[in-house]
Amino acid sequence: MNLTELLDDLLFDYTLRTVALGTAIVGIVSGVLGSYALLRKQSLLGDAISHAALPGVVLAFMITRSYGSIVLMAGALVSGVLATLLILAVVRSTRIKEDSALGIALSVFFGLGLMLLTVTQRMPGARQASLERFLFGQAATLVVADVIAMGVLAVVAVGLVMLLWKEFKLVSFDTEFASSLGFPARALEVALTTLLVVAIVVGLQAVGVILMSALVVAPGAAARQWTDRFGVMVFLAGAFGGFSGVAGAALSSTGSGLSTGPVIVLVVSLITVVSMLLAPNRGLVWNWVRQLRQRRQFRIETVLVDLLALSQQHESIDYGHTVEAIHAMNRGRRGEARTLRSLQEKGLVTSRPGGRWSMTEAGIVEARRILEATGEIPDPGPLPIGQVRVTPS
Amino acid sequence: MSSQLEIVLIAVVVAAACALPGVFLILRRMAMMSDAISHTVLLGIVIVFLLVDDLDNPLLMVGAAAMGLLTVTLVEIVTRTKLVNEDAAIGIVFPGLFALAVVLISVYARDVHLDEHIVFQGDLVFAPFDRLVIGGIDLGPRTLVTMTVILALNVAFIVALYKELKLATFDAGLAAALGFSPVVVHYLLMALVSITAVGAFDAVGSILVIALMIVPPASAYLITDRLAWMMSLSVMIGVIGAVGGYGLSRWLDTTIGGSMVTILGLAFGLALLFAPTRGTVSIVRRRRRQRWVFAQTMLAIHLLHHEGTPEAEIESRVDHLWESLRWEPGVAERVIRHAEQHGVVRRSAGMLSLTSEGRGLAQEALSRS
Repeated sequence: MNLTELLDDLLFDYTLRTVALGTAIVGIVSGVLGSYALLRKQSLLGDAISHAALPGVVLAFMITRSYGSIVLMAGALVSGVLATLLILAVVRSTRIKEDSALGIALSVFFGLGLMLLTVTQRMPGARQASLERFLFGQAATLVVADVIAMGVLAVVAVGLVMLLWKEFKLVSFDTEFASSLGFPARALEVALTTLLVVAIVVGLQAVGVILMSALVVAPGAAARQWTDRFGVMVFLAGAFGGFSGVAGAALSSTGSGLSTGPVIVLVVSLITVVSMLLAPNRGLVWNWVRQLRQRRQFRIETVLVDLLALSQQHESIDYGHTVEAIHAMNRGRRGEARTLRSLQEKGLVTSRPGGRWSMTEAGIVEARRILEATGEIPDPGPLPIGQVRVTPS
Repeated sequence: MSSQLEIVLIAVVVAAACALPGVFLILRRMAMMSDAISHTVLLGIVIVFLLVDDLDNPLLMVGAAAMGLLTVTLVEIVTRTKLVNEDAAIGIVFPGLFALAVVLISVYARDVHLDEHIVFQGDLVFAPFDRLVIGGIDLGPRTLVTMTVILALNVAFIVALYKELKLATFDAGLAAALGFSPVVVHYLLMALVSITAVGAFDAVGSILVIALMIVPPASAYLITDRLAWMMSLSVMIGVIGAVGGYGLSRWLDTTIGGSMVTILGLAFGLALLFAPTRGTVSIVRRRRRQRWVFAQTMLAIHLLHHEGTPEAEIESRVDHLWESLRWEPGVAERVIRHAEQHGVVRRSAGMLSLTSEGRGLAQEALSRS
């Protein structure tokens, strides 16, 4: 299947269009709310919430005997919020640390959910698969009604984020400052966390509990690398999430037998890895290139300054110095010969017969400039060896 | 041995084996690492399975444990780039590796009994049927044997490196300064967590591994301040969870794993409420008692202040406390009764006077401030 066919299917194939729309919604809303979670160091809260939603899903079914998306999502929302409140309460009022509290909520709620799930197995007429898709997510089973339910929740969540943009941004960056300005900081924090739960609940039936946490963390983490502006970050995170959703749905529809959720997560993980490596400024590759460049610059300056120091011990600047002499002043480093050649290209040094090197007028000017810039005053005349320390330390 | 007894025994051994390394995870604030490791071991299993094409090969465990260590290392590498926080690093690394495992399974290992469901529902019910037979001798259920070995390994590790573990956990800087390597201890511990997670994962599923590693030690952490006690209590709570969970699952006819976690959740709730000194109940009681003790001291100081002065006539009257200390009559009455019971004041005809003990109490309180 080629790209145009895929695009054609995305737009006109009913099933794929539905699924892709659903996963795009999931990606966008979790990317947007995940950015706040990332900023507030609550990335793993998403993991805990998505696991903790299970007993709510099962209980909602047990009470209503309905498999409707809205009903099950409401159940998930209730137990997700409950788990979050319990985590916050335990962290605030006991010596239990946040990581333990997350782990406890995650595993206990989930265990309870599993127990309830086996109880429903014995209920007459229960279709286990309809509940189990919340565990592993089955984007392929999404129908229009599901997508509409997800869409409504997503619009509400993203709409609230835009409406309370300034307030949410403020509490995320500086809670104390927000409350000192008279904003209801605690209420805003609770609202933001509740919206995170909403985002997770929207995604559960598409990608399942484990992989949902990736969709909360990864888009925001990827977006963070490209910008220092929060608005851009949130937008990018939504875009990355949405793109992963569509790409995952499209790739898994190509008949390779891949399930959608894991493919979405692999796509978003790939985006994150690429962002961490290649994003300008923060990316590791750029960082590495910058370091190499700085190191090279440093080598060049060092050799030039060393050569100046050597020259000062001779009457004429035309006196040629050996590479060994320069190397002796730079113990532990190598590559002086190469550095000298690149200095020669710049017209700062000239080569003399017998593999020797000496400075040009321009080289002396440049070396003095370097010494002045590093705060070391260049010596006016010759000095005995041992007292000169001209290399920047 | 009946298979039911064997199930209980396996549950108990798994719980004990998980609780021990869990104590250090809690103390080192790495609880969520158990979440990450218990998921990514699936990738290790899948990769080794694709290489050896045999689900019973012991190399599977080696691969899984190695993947656990790789997870820890990757999280550290990502954290060290300073591009994201540590929690985000965990949240990026483990779902990615897990998704890779699921995709590998669905592409290469479709027809094998190996899928992502194992992560949630390892099944203890079937454990007794998979027996380890060597040289014609039935050594018991395979899981029981592996987990007993792992438990022994955990105990041996902790006994052998108790001092180092304790030091590296509570004061890594001091440990390094004294010449112990906290890094080596850290990786040994993570290796142990990985091995334990792999062994237990097979028996009870990964979410239960998290529960067994975190919940008993966290409950014990609320109860005691001593490391040795914390470990013993964790094992005890884990064992209670195992036995109680088995009972609950029989009663409700439901999954053993889920029931064990539910019991553990209850145990944590009980610890939260009733732990001595740190439990909610004892905190509330202590606060209430402190309120009355404080009020009684206030009363004693007030009386001492005016003792022998002309105003003592007025100030020592019970109905004057509203004006001097702003106590409602009801509150004042309760404070006085409390103080009388503790021999701090005497009351006669609406007048209060200090006993010698009360005088001592007030003087002591004043000298402290």
